Amino acid sequence: MLPALLTMVGLAAAAGAAAALATRRSSDNQERLIDEIDALLPQTQCGRCTFSGCRPYATALANSEADINQCPPGGHATAIALAKLLGREPKPVDPRFGSVPVHPLVAWIDESACIGCLKCIQACPVDAIVGASRFMHTVIAEQCTGCELCIPPCPVDCIIMRPAPA
Amino acid sequence: MATGVRGGLRLDAHKERSTEQALRPASAVETLVMPLDQHAGAAAVPLVKPGERILRGQPIAEPGGAISAWLHSPASGTVAAIEPRPAPHRLGAPSLSIVVANDGRDERVAESARQPFEQLAPEQLREIIGRGGIVGLGGAVFPTAAKLSSARKGHDVRLLINGAECEPYISCDDILMRERAHDVVFGARALMHALAAQTCVIAIEDDTPQAASALGAAIADAHDARVQLRRVASIYPAGGERQLITAIFDVEVPSGGLPADVNTVCLNVGTAAAVAHWVRDGQPLTNRIVTITGDGVLEQRNLEVPLGTPLAALIYDCGGYTGRMSRLIMGGSMMGQSLPHDDMPVIKATNCVIAASALDLQPRAAEMPCIRCGNCAEVCPAMLLPQQLHWYALGRNLDELETHGLMDCIECGCCDYVCPSQIPLAERFRDMKPALLERLAARNSADAARVRFDARTARLERIENERLAALAKKRQELAKKSS
Repeated sequence: MLPALLTMVGLAAAAGAAAALATRRSSDNQERLIDEIDALLPQTQCGRCTFSGCRPYATALANSEADINQCPPGGHATAIALAKLLGREPKPVDPRFGSVPVHPLVAWIDESACIGCLKCIQACPVDAIVGASRFMHTVIAEQCTGCELCIPPCPVDCIIMRPAPA
Repeated sequence: MATGVRGGLRLDAHKERSTEQALRPASAVETLVMPLDQHAGAAAVPLVKPGERILRGQPIAEPGGAISAWLHSPASGTVAAIEPRPAPHRLGAPSLSIVVANDGRDERVAESARQPFEQLAPEQLREIIGRGGIVGLGGAVFPTAAKLSSARKGHDVRLLINGAECEPYISCDDILMRERAHDVVFGARALMHALAAQTCVIAIEDDTPQAASALGAAIADAHDARVQLRRVASIYPAGGERQLITAIFDVEVPSGGLPADVNTVCLNVGTAAAVAHWVRDGQPLTNRIVTITGDGVLEQRNLEVPLGTPLAALIYDCGGYTGRMSRLIMGGSMMGQSLPHDDMPVIKATNCVIAASALDLQPRAAEMPCIRCGNCAEVCPAMLLPQQLHWYALGRNLDELETHGLMDCIECGCCDYVCPSQIPLAERFRDMKPALLERLAARNSADAARVRFDARTARLERIENERLAALAKKRQELAKKSS
């Protein structure tokens, strides 16, 4: 009776430990997959995919909660790369999420119109705008990802998108 | 210790043609053209205006960025114009240049007394070297001061002076080492001081006995045990920076890395001599040694040429073209570039001008399909698989080009040379590099954006937490007061 009981308990414990290990490993794998997806995304952090940034979109993709064609800044190349990585059918970017830019664009502030309100600086997800309250703001063109998030908050509409400098 | 070079080819050197005659200065010319972007990095910014009188050695343009170089006037005279002129490094396309009208009086800037370099701090010496307009004279024309600053701090840095002039036809370094070995050794010692380096190896090929004995004597005269002379097999491209570092120090420069990553700084012998002329004699880089060779020119030799001298004047100086002249090449026969005409100036990168006849050129038949013989992979000194890269270049498959290490290709042309199907492999790889570079740059800027986004997210979170903590503290104090 006792040996049988011990065997059963032992087996149960071993199975439990194995299951716990497997869970941890699969969550490690999941993390790694998210990293790999994130590396393919353009890091504009524009939120056009309906998620709050590139990493949240990567997480949703890894959990099969999003489709591969939701990233307009990445364009078709990114959609194809994602399809390849995730073993899904490649498809073009869904126009509902926005149009694929033909040339890379960056934001540009018309400094003569800027009133120094800080709103664009607060909106910029990648800290690419410099300036201070009541002082002129400007976009660091090399660091701008072209996410366009600074445009709606501007109260004087002094920000436009222009082709990125060569 | 490994002394061999992986891959590579034994080629006919054709160097003896131009080393039989001693070095002599080139004849003076009336007009000198100095392109502002003749070095790697940002173009220089002019310091002079048209019509201004200038002296030889006077700075005429200052660096236009962190990686850029000074330019000095190669002659006394006046600034005739600052305008676009055909430039050899752009294969004849115009490049903004300072045009100097030589008055033939050769008036120099008054030389200020020079401190011996040993009394200067390494940083000071690096700054001085930068002010001499000195760039790598091996062909890459990378500003020397920027290279010296790239060495990692707090490590034992080794200096490698590259005298392995492996490419056929070029002999300007050979003649320099034969005739001015003391300058090379002096420059090497000054560069060691600028780097705070404790070892220096001067590497030369084993088929240059005169250079070896001259350098040996100069090292003995310098009484500096830190400087050694080493010989490498004369296999093309033994003198490639990465190949030479592997041959001498038995370490490999990592893919995508720099020699500084293996604590090595590699500079050409010509650069060392230029450092000597500047640091010891106060002469900035205003002339260099150029090999004029090939069956298409009457007299094959080395000339010491003021920068800005038209190539046509060099050919004239050497007796003019022969009837067999067919193509003008700047550089060696393997990596040189064909030039459309000779109305272009000598720049800091001009080590050799080949007036090639049909005898000098590799006859090229029409390209045939790849038969996957694998000869190219055997000779590739960068340990790449050119036959694979070829397929991916044809298909413009950037992913595979990247994984197969296209960016490690040094464009030496060994693969072309052995290809039985006459495929211009190196040219094809060179054409594909800009597209891949663009993609790598996009990835780098995405990575930088991610770092900034994460930093911003962390910052906003921290600010919010601080706000909440302050609020909680205030609440606690209020509660304490009311109780």
